[in-house]
Amino acid sequence: MYPENFRYTKEHEWIHVEGDTGTIGITDHAQEELGDIVYVDLPKPGTHIEQGKSLGSVESVKAVSDVYSPVSGEVLEANALLADSPEKLNEDPHAAAWLVKVKLRAPAEVENLMTAADYQTYIGAEK
Amino acid sequence: MINKVRQHLSQNEALLFERSSPGKKAYQLPELDVPAVDAAEALGAENVRAEIEGFPEVSEVEAIRHFTRLSTWNYAIDHGMYPLGSCTMKYNPRINELVARIDGLAWAHPYQPEALSQGCMQVMERLELMLAEITGMDAVTLQPAAGAHGELTGILLIRALLEKRGNPRKKILIPDSAHGTNPATAAIAGYAVENIKSSSTGGVDLAALEGLVNEDVAALMVTNPNTLGVFEENIIRVAEILHRKGAMLYMDGANMNALVGMARPGDFGVDVLHLNLHKTFSTPHGGGGPGAGPVCVKKVLEPFLPTPRLKRSGKKLTFDYKRKNSIGRVKAFYGNFGVLVRALAYILAHGGPGLRNATMDAVLNAVYIRKQLEPYFDLPYPSPNMHEVVFSDDRQAKLGVRTGEIAKRLIDYGFHPYTVSFPLIVHGALMIEPTETEGKLELDQFIEAMISIAKEVETDPELVKNAPYGTRTSKVDEVTAARKPVLRWKPA
Repeated sequence: MYPENFRYTKEHEWIHVEGDTGTIGITDHAQEELGDIVYVDLPKPGTHIEQGKSLGSVESVKAVSDVYSPVSGEVLEANALLADSPEKLNEDPHAAAWLVKVKLRAPAEVENLMTAADYQTYIGAEK
Repeated sequence: MINKVRQHLSQNEALLFERSSPGKKAYQLPELDVPAVDAAEALGAENVRAEIEGFPEVSEVEAIRHFTRLSTWNYAIDHGMYPLGSCTMKYNPRINELVARIDGLAWAHPYQPEALSQGCMQVMERLELMLAEITGMDAVTLQPAAGAHGELTGILLIRALLEKRGNPRKKILIPDSAHGTNPATAAIAGYAVENIKSSSTGGVDLAALEGLVNEDVAALMVTNPNTLGVFEENIIRVAEILHRKGAMLYMDGANMNALVGMARPGDFGVDVLHLNLHKTFSTPHGGGGPGAGPVCVKKVLEPFLPTPRLKRSGKKLTFDYKRKNSIGRVKAFYGNFGVLVRALAYILAHGGPGLRNATMDAVLNAVYIRKQLEPYFDLPYPSPNMHEVVFSDDRQAKLGVRTGEIAKRLIDYGFHPYTVSFPLIVHGALMIEPTETEGKLELDQFIEAMISIAKEVETDPELVKNAPYGTRTSKVDEVTAARKPVLRWKPA
């Protein structure tokens, strides 16, 4: 369920790092908790984001929730698919419905994040 | 046998636009007895519209029937219990309406000279004094038009005071159980928001607070009792921690219905709070009339209150506009005056002991519901509750039925739904606030309905998931409505 090559935050975001680029999304657990997602607000390319700070928000029928950035860096691209099809975030949160791609400023930050196994234990305990 | 409460029969009703036929009118005017004026000439051609596209044309009886029928589709507190948690949907006593319709009050004009407005000004003065006494605060402004407006006014007052002291500071702390308006208020007042996690008993975590309060923190916005209906038992300590660092304690008065006549925020360290007259003081909500969100403050904040301020010199009341530290007006004229009249009528009709009784009944009713429903619904925070009780759908969710679906089924039983999925710290929340309005008969009917639904979830979850059945339309597709909103009706 949770890809081994991703890292995870306590706020239920994932990041997949390749070289100095990271792809960020929200976890399957997050989409499940949020319910039907109706709107996604993402930063423009060029925006500087900070680890642990909000990079955008996801709105479901229940609530609007901030998305916290797993890393610091600069936004390279926001997923255009989500503007018209926010439901993709419910259907495929770990692949097609990624949120943003970023250029990492401090790649070592990733080391602070949870592995897939840690994350699974974490959400098990939260329930 | 369940004692169902059934609403009126539903009937179909077309849109007024669909009933329109050209040339129909709902009025007849006599022949002009003065020379006709050419509107284009008098106002300028660019200001005159020849036709309003698609404007419905119907007869008088068609207009009357249309809106009367629509009004019968409403559910209102005059129909039955309205357990919408956090909203305090109490009955609006008719005496309030009677008093608000007294000619001298109903027909008063805001531009009337002060000499002819002394009665109205006295209404405002008495209400200010009584709200100050009820809350234990020193001064009150009646201007803000609703709760969130009161919040903004309150935080702007704090900002003005801190600026005067040399540093407006940067952050407002807000518990994760707060109403969503709190962070919105802080952001609009130019503050960054920092969340504080609730403790395991649902209160403010003192250790976490101590760690977060520093010279950057302007205030903590706290709701007491909080959105779980739990009294913040460490509130005096909370105030001390803030005050020691020069920060202020803001209280969201949304839940004052649990405190009136029993405990005063001013006595437990609150610096500013707003009241929702349309909740605690029985004035109509929303479409039934505008709201009112008076803000009550301690002396230190009084110089910053919005202008004009009521000022008494001997027997005469005047409006004081010359206050150099004031944050200025937050609303045209003097607030929603008609609402203020109703709130004063409510306070005077009850008197001190009556208000205290209302509070005790509000708490008693919520505790009664909790005790009766505890065997059927999961109670995530078992701390003693006050005027409302928050269950979670944990047990029902295991059978595939969520809080929103239980709420829809409740409509079939003739009740307005409780508050769904709030506060956010409770997973799948069912938030129930009966208010003091309900007698045991109505409470028991509600409890029977909830127990019956809990049993339906076990025996026939699909029945609950597809509810409601007794309404004009079955369940609407909220998801598509939010994803692809259609905001304007157009002719087919």
